[in-house]
This record gives sequence, structure tokens and C-alpha cells, in this order.
Amino acid sequence: MSAGVGVDLENLWIRFGDFVAVRDANVNINGGDFFSFLGPSGCGKTTILRAVSGFLEPSEGNVLIGGKNMRGIGPNKRPTALIFQNLALFPLMKVWENITFSMEIKGASSAERRKRADELLDMIALPGQGDKLPSELSGGQRQRVAIARALCAEPHVLLLDEPLSALDLKLRQHMRTELREIQQRVGITFIYITHDQGEALTMSDNIAVMRAGVIDQIADGKTIYNDPNTAFAASFVGENNVFRGKIKQVMGTEALISTNRSGDLVARISTANQGKMKEGDSAMMFIRPEAFAIAPKAASGDHFVTARVNHEEFEGNVFNIFTEGEGGKEIKVSIPNHGQSFEDHTGQNITLEYKTDNAVIVPAGELAAE
Amino acid sequence: MPQFLKDFFNRNGTGMGVAILGLVMFWTIGLIILPQLSMLDFSFRPNLPPPEIGGPKDVYTLENYKYLIYGPEGGSQDYNTVDLRVFFRTLVAAVFVTVFNLIICYPIAYYLGQAEGSHIRIFAIMLIIPYWINEILRAFALRIIFGETGVLNTLFTGLGIWDTPFDFIRNDIALYAGLGYAYILLMIFPMYNVIESLDKNQIEAARDLGAPWWRIHWRVVIPYAKPGISSGCTMVFMLSAGALAAPQILGGPSSLWFTQLIYQQFNDNNDWPQGAAYAIVLLVTCILFVLAMMRLFKVNMGDIGK
Repeated sequence: MSAGVGVDLENLWIRFGDFVAVRDANVNINGGDFFSFLGPSGCGKTTILRAVSGFLEPSEGNVLIGGKNMRGIGPNKRPTALIFQNLALFPLMKVWENITFSMEIKGASSAERRKRADELLDMIALPGQGDKLPSELSGGQRQRVAIARALCAEPHVLLLDEPLSALDLKLRQHMRTELREIQQRVGITFIYITHDQGEALTMSDNIAVMRAGVIDQIADGKTIYNDPNTAFAASFVGENNVFRGKIKQVMGTEALISTNRSGDLVARISTANQGKMKEGDSAMMFIRPEAFAIAPKAASGDHFVTARVNHEEFEGNVFNIFTEGEGGKEIKVSIPNHGQSFEDHTGQNITLEYKTDNAVIVPAGELAAE
Repeated sequence: MPQFLKDFFNRNGTGMGVAILGLVMFWTIGLIILPQLSMLDFSFRPNLPPPEIGGPKDVYTLENYKYLIYGPEGGSQDYNTVDLRVFFRTLVAAVFVTVFNLIICYPIAYYLGQAEGSHIRIFAIMLIIPYWINEILRAFALRIIFGETGVLNTLFTGLGIWDTPFDFIRNDIALYAGLGYAYILLMIFPMYNVIESLDKNQIEAARDLGAPWWRIHWRVVIPYAKPGISSGCTMVFMLSAGALAAPQILGGPSSLWFTQLIYQQFNDNNDWPQGAAYAIVLLVTCILFVLAMMRLFKVNMGDIGK
């Protein structure tokens, strides 16, 4: 199997008439990486994938694969293979013919093709299924056949357009692990498009968070989750509680934010914004539900929030507490279930505590839609 | 009463059910099956003057069928070469028209089926509107184009591309053009219907895997469009072989179409049994030919209805 090569997007603009689908994207994807574009539908992530695969010429800027400019090179000549959202298996061809279609094009003999198909069928754990039609397979099996068909073309870069979105939850989680394993085994670059942050976080080496044609942040999953660049990245990836306000005082890497509804609170300024935020700036502070702990009632200070509990739910691994902070602001708190006894707080006022390291301040900006 | 009939009556009510069923039965039995059976009956009877019909001479005979093969009894030739030649030439020409139409219509159907935009609707309307004009007028319009002093000859002699007018009529070019044109829609629309439902990702997937355009058509589009292709080809073949107006108007003096022979038997010779026999031979041959082709290309009867 060919080694993965890097993919670079340089000042990439893609316009459809007046509509800007992708705005000045600059991305360097390392060879052999599992790289995800994560964003809500309509953010331009599929458009980027089509530009990499060659179905679409960028309006400006370049796509480089292995350092080679791809402008003017058609999808059938690029070292990429695309896995479609609906898989697009050929319904009238048998599984083995589907898998080895790229070899048929190169004129390989039927015997060679069967042999290769058998190898790939073994790899995707579907031995002996080559003579079936795609319609005779289950959703997860079809998924694997699509992967085998793409890998058979020996691409340097595999492009995946939300390939798991049609599967049910259990299978989706299983396929995440499997995709990651396949990627590590074949060692080629995977570029993965998804709106599911769970998929992006579990599988990717690096993630680009996209919003309305703009890439907000490129980093590994942990960084994006813990240290978001923008309000959108903070609110789109995982659950988050937002506190709006103004910077009251900057103290090195931390700042005191005067929130609209919960008083003055201290938090860390996100790495990308350190040194850029000053007193009086509109800002947003984000605290994850799991970053809160219940504090003794009397406690108060710049890392305590008081709130009234609206209702509670038990999710198994966590207890979720939905509270109303000052001024009707909803705050979600998740307390891990260690098997402890858990008293019902509904209707009571509780005080919540957080570590300033786990709260992050970014400039005020657009939030992800619920 | 079988279950499907019960369901049918439950759904439509007894009165409406009987009415619908009655009309369909009347249509298939009264307007199609019975007249054809009567033609079949005719074809096995001698041509007798009216007083002798039902008399002792009115017996079943193969005479009319023999006539197509052997010609008149005591004729100068062993076989009816004139009529047989017309018969086979008609079939070959109908096959030619079908293939020719398929080659022209496939790209059009593919374009209509896969392109996006509101102009597709306009194209479709532009294809349909000319068919509001009746067949005879369309045929004569082609005569005006292809005639000795017609549009094409005037144009090309005027431009000095050729010196003497080219006889499109005698060379059957006008006839093939007319027949091809007459059934274009019947070829395009069944194919268009199927191709329109082809997932564009299939084409892109094939392209992405490295396929050149012709292989995408050969391996992905054409197999998928096969029901539409066979449906279109069947209709065009049947209708071309059975066409009468186009051969009458656009055919050269030497190019009799088999339907014209049938017409002559019925009208000029007033020999209905002979005409019926010729018509039955044409019908049965065409059906067998179509079935053989379906076998050859592995098409199911159900596909034709798509």
C-alpha cells in the first residue's frame, strides 16, 4: 500500500456565484494523518473535499497533494479516492467487481482482480462475500465494501464524506474504531468530513473546525476541546456553558470577566487569544458541564457560581443538573457517578465551583446553533 | 372471488369497481383481442365474393400464407421474391432505424437526465411541441427539406458544394430521416426516465476510481439504463416496422415498405384475407424478433414497463 502524502490547501477560495462557500482556507495536512473537517451542514466542508478530489476547481488558491499542484488535473487522474456519503456502490455489479473496478479500468485480468478482491474482502472481514450484490449486504458491510473499493485503487489520500451518517448508533461507534484501525494499517492520509464531533474527536489526529466557509481552528482533538480559539469552536465541539460579559482585568494568561448575569469570574484566556484581549473587550467564558463541582453553600469568590436547580436527570455515567443561574441563565452541570449517594437538589440553590484552568475566555462571537 | 379482486372492489366501491373493470375489459377484449382474432380468422379463409361467404367454399386454408412464400400459383417464379424481399428489407430497415435512433437519442436522454437547471424543462418542451403537428404534415415538411428542389439541395447547389441536386428520396435518406424523427420521443423518454433516477454519485465514483467517460457509460450508465433502452428500442422497432405514412410520403418509387403491401391488399385488391395474413406474419415476426433480442440482451419482460 502506498505511503500517505501530505495535502496542502493554500489560500483556497471557492465561490458559487456571489456565495462564498470557502473563504481563504489554509491547511497543511501531514502525510499519514487522519484529518477531519468538522462543522455544521452547509459550512463548506464537503466543498473542500470536492476540491481535493478534483470534482470542483477552486476559484482561487491551490490544492497540493504530495507537494504537487492539482490545478487542471481531473478526479480520475488524482491520487485520491473518495468514499461517498451514500457510498455509491454500483448496484448492478457484484461485490468483487465493485471492489476491483479501478483495476478493471487499468486492464487487469479477471483472475488478478478476483485475487485482489479476496485479499481485500479478508481485510474488511467479509471473506467469501465477493459474489453477492451490494443490495444483499447489510449497511455496515456495504460500508466496508466501499472502503475496500476505494483502497483497491491504491490512493495516496482517502477522502471520506460523512460515510457513517447512515448507520445506526452502535454500528457507527464500531465503525469509528474500525476506520481508525484500517487507517493505521494502510498508513495513507485520511481526510474525513463530519458534523459529528464524537467521530472527529475519537478518530482524528487533527481537526479543522469550520463555520460558514471559514476555518476557525486547526488542532488535535484535546486542544480543540480544552482550548478553543473561538466562541463557535467552543460551543460546537461538545457541550458547553457560555457566560457573556466584558473583560474587567487581564492578569497574564488569566482574566477577570464581568459577566452579565453571574458576577465577576476568573478564567484562563484561550491560548490563541492571549495577549490580544484587553480591558473592556466583549468576551465569552465557557465552562464544560463536567468542569463544575458542587461547592459548600457558603462558598463565594471569583470561581463560584450560584444557581437554582430546575431539574435533575440520571444518565448512568453522570448525573445531569440543570440549573438557572442569576438572571435566568441556564447552566448544565454533569457530576460523574462514582456510585455515591446523590441527594436531590431540585428547587434548591446550590453553589458551583470550577478550576480557573478549566474555564476558558474567548472574544465574543457567533455560537453554534443548538 | 380472488383476494385482489375483493381488495379492488373494497377500495373503489362495487359500482365504481364494476365500471372500471368493465371499461378495461371492453377496451382489451372488445377493441384489441376480438378484432385481432377476427383478423386471424380472415387470414385463414379464401377471398370470396360476398354471396359465397359461409358457403361450401368458405373453408380454412393456408393459401394466403403460402402466397407470401410461393407467389401466385402457376406464376413465373418458384418463390414470391418481390414480396419476401420487401418483407425482409422492412425488418432490416426497422432494425437500422432503431439502432440509428438509439445512437442519436442516448446522448440526449443522458444529458436531459443528468444535467441540472431549468433549461432542461425547456429542452423537453422543445422536443415535445413539434409532435403537436400531425405525422402527415411532419412527413411532408421533410419532403420539402429533402426534395429535388428542396431546402437542402437549393442550399448546397447554391453554395456550389455539389453541381446537380442529390436525390435524397430515391436513396431512402428522406425515409430513414423521417422514420427516425417520427419516433425520437419514444426512444428518448423511456431512457430519460431511467437515467434521471441514476444517482450522480455513481458517475462521480466511477470517475474518481479512474474511469474515462466511455467506460462510465459502458459499465455504469448503460447497464442501469437497460430497461429504458430496451423499452425505447422495442417501441421504435415495432412502430417503424409498422409505419405507413412515412414510407408512403418519403419512400422512393422503388422502396415499398411491407405495410404498403398490406395496405394494397386491403384497399386496392380488396383482398382482406390476404392482407390479414400479411399483417399477421409481420406482427408475429416482429414479436418473435423482439423476444429474441430481449433474450440476447438479458432483458426481463418486467423491465419493458419501466
